[in-house]
Amino acid sequence: MIEPILQVKNLKRHFNVGRNEVLRAVDGVTFDVQKGETLGLVGESGCGKSTTGRTIIRLYNATEGKVLFKGQDVHALNKKATKAFTRQMQMIFQDPYASLDPRMLVEDIIGEGIDIHDLYSGKQRRERIVSLLETVGLNADHANRYPHEFSGGQRQRVGIARALAIEPEFIIADEPISSLDVSIRAQVVNLLKQLQKERRLTYLFIAHDLAMVKHISDYIGVMYLGVLVEKASSNRLYERPLHPYTEALLSAIPTPDPEIERTRERIILKGEIPSPIHPPSGCRFRTRCPKAMPECAVKEPEWKEKEPDHFVACHLY
Amino acid sequence: MGIILDVKDLEVSFQTHAGEVQAVRGVTFRVNKGEAVAIVGESGSGKSVTAQTIMRLVPTPPAVIKGGSIVFDQNVDIVSLSDKQMEHIRGFEIGMIFQDPMTSLNPTMTVGRQIAEGLIKHHGLSKQKAKDRALELLNLIGIPNAAERVKQYPHQFSGGMRQRVMIAISLACSPKLLIADEPTTALDVTIQAQILDLMKELQVKLGASIIIITHDLGVVADIAQKVIVMYAGKVFERGTIREVFYNPQHPYTWGLLRSMPRLDADEDTDLIPIEGTPPNMLYPPSGCAFADRCPNAMEICVKAQPEETTLSDTHGASCWLLHPKAPQVDRGLILGGVPR
Repeated sequence: MIEPILQVKNLKRHFNVGRNEVLRAVDGVTFDVQKGETLGLVGESGCGKSTTGRTIIRLYNATEGKVLFKGQDVHALNKKATKAFTRQMQMIFQDPYASLDPRMLVEDIIGEGIDIHDLYSGKQRRERIVSLLETVGLNADHANRYPHEFSGGQRQRVGIARALAIEPEFIIADEPISSLDVSIRAQVVNLLKQLQKERRLTYLFIAHDLAMVKHISDYIGVMYLGVLVEKASSNRLYERPLHPYTEALLSAIPTPDPEIERTRERIILKGEIPSPIHPPSGCRFRTRCPKAMPECAVKEPEWKEKEPDHFVACHLY
Repeated sequence: MGIILDVKDLEVSFQTHAGEVQAVRGVTFRVNKGEAVAIVGESGSGKSVTAQTIMRLVPTPPAVIKGGSIVFDQNVDIVSLSDKQMEHIRGFEIGMIFQDPMTSLNPTMTVGRQIAEGLIKHHGLSKQKAKDRALELLNLIGIPNAAERVKQYPHQFSGGMRQRVMIAISLACSPKLLIADEPTTALDVTIQAQILDLMKELQVKLGASIIIITHDLGVVADIAQKVIVMYAGKVFERGTIREVFYNPQHPYTWGLLRSMPRLDADEDTDLIPIEGTPPNMLYPPSGCAFADRCPNAMEICVKAQPEETTLSDTHGASCWLLHPKAPQVDRGLILGGVPR
């Protein structure tokens, strides 16, 4: 088997929140991503999916564990190697309002990476920016405008153009469509899919909208309270979820189809997500799990490959 | 079945420095007693302004109700009520749940007092009686340890629990109609499932009518019996959820259904986006507002607004394609479920 482009090994990211308390945002996640694939990370707010993405791209340092990108430990790079790494991995952010500098022209927002990496200058730079704008469905006229002149969907396109500017191989998209209107979401998702096909990009797609994640991803990882509970190909995860949390999550999503909604039995989870400062002992999901057993409070379930390419952490298996 | 709310030709505009923003441009719909009606649309479609106008919560100025009527319970025209009379409606007849429970609750008041406030003010209950009722309501909406929780402040509650408190407040005065503006948008899916479940249960238990505003067609299919599709301040299509989901007649409705991924879809079903962006309501187009994004647009669409075509007692859509002389088009839609 070819070496995965990204290997995440027992990655942890803790935050000190004062009074000697530690928030375990990410508490030991392990997964691989193969080149040209999309891994979707899903989970509810506070499950650590965004922190995982941000730690992979080194916006945060890892508390423990390793991120290997093409075999290199991302968190142990020297200055020069870091620069080379940032050229290969880019990020698209959730909020297209907060993630674009309001005082910069779109041209310079997209051109910033090109300048830092000294890729093009002068006329070539300009041509490159125009071609990027066209790639994302904008045009040359948009280069000399400021972010406030754009709608949310257009801004997200600028964010995508910025990420593409230095021709990265790997893109982390953190909730790239959550803040967009329904009719605009499909535009952006289709654009991401098309770019992936054309450029053989690899995506880590972080979102809470499971239907959209299933649509775009080859594999899906489900997170709960800082840990991965299940990972499988997206069809398999939908058809044969193993973890009770995945089951409940899938069943909680309403389908735009009255007949299905009327007849289906929904698993309603009791209670809310516990605090990641004081996670439950043993399995973190046990306090809300309809299938919890005495064992679950004692021992943390192991992350194991239950069936080929289908990982789960649960005492039922 | 009686009619609890009858909205006719409602027009609401905002006066801004840039000019008049026509947020709601002639909206007509009805809500029957005991029925849950969903209003769907994108941001700027006028769905929230419609709801807030029913509660008379849009600030005037800058807003102006330019025309139309909102008849509540068959005899009260909300548009013409004085502020004092409107307070009575809000206290006794219509309850409202907002999207963001953190900003709509008062952070300096205990949850119990916030629930009791309306009961003391509008219903003249004694402090003790109101307190008892608040506790009763917290139990009804499924807050564990209600006796303790009633003395706590909003920041001590999680998002889902706060939304439950909002529901308790809106139910305190036993309203006949409950308006919920994106009640689950800020919540996680497992919590959303809890809240939708609670709302369905309360609808049956208390027999209240519900207007729910959302952009999520899944939520609509889950909770509502009827749906109204709004775009650019107008109603594009209305009907029972079966009519609208299984036999949609407006290209915008087709577009919405096509652009949403479904969990149960085959992996390679492509999403067909609605190209373009919604119009600027400072300068609403003279024809159909969707014409420039509509793949089926004809010459007439740019020139004149279509009237609503009635398709059944409950189903109607405003589109020139429904004109007898219009060509047949393929809606490019695979409709799910078991149609009828």
